[in-house]
Amino acid sequence: MADDTFSLILFSGTDDKLHAAAVLAVGAAAMGRPVNIFLQYWALDAFRDDRVRKDHGVSPEAGEEHARAVIEQQNTTHWIELLEQAKDIGEVTINACAESMELLGITTDDLHPMVDGVWGVARFFMEAGDNATFI
Amino acid sequence: MATTEITQSIDARGMACPGPLMALIGAIRQGQVGDVYEVLSSDEGSKTDIPAWVTKARHELVEVVAEDGYARFVVRQAR
Repeated sequence: MADDTFSLILFSGTDDKLHAAAVLAVGAAAMGRPVNIFLQYWALDAFRDDRVRKDHGVSPEAGEEHARAVIEQQNTTHWIELLEQAKDIGEVTINACAESMELLGITTDDLHPMVDGVWGVARFFMEAGDNATFI
Repeated sequence: MATTEITQSIDARGMACPGPLMALIGAIRQGQVGDVYEVLSSDEGSKTDIPAWVTKARHELVEVVAEDGYARFVVRQAR
């Protein structure tokens, strides 16, 4: 990938973090940067096709008041729709971590069609450029 | 300025970031060189994002007008 690739490792599976990550992905794509997303652990779990639209809760630091704000934000544009927009306007790839797939007992058939494939960690870093953001 | 004719008006007020920018990008993809878009946005992020994207995508920011509770961006499609 190009030098200005925005590499994003998604670990957390709560809706607030997935939403924040999706906003970053859309912004990077809008600015013409390739986006390289790698799904691990609970983020990967949230990308199961039958779970994407479910309530994944929010981070503990949100508290009750902010949790409601996140839910309202979700009602406007869900994070999966933001990622669809990002893919639509830019060069965005989303891959699942092979180790996490095994750990959670997930097969490629279980994943949302937005997920392009399954990669090992080394493959991710081959495409990651100089740095990667972990959420 | 007053003579700038708007081809398409996008009322994105109430949309959260990056909604208004995405609405503009979507409109420009359907549009033609020379088309002029008016985007109304109440999202604070638009104030930096729309000018940044317009510069990056090499279109023309005709004007930004602060209205009551929102901003009005006028963009000319340059390519």
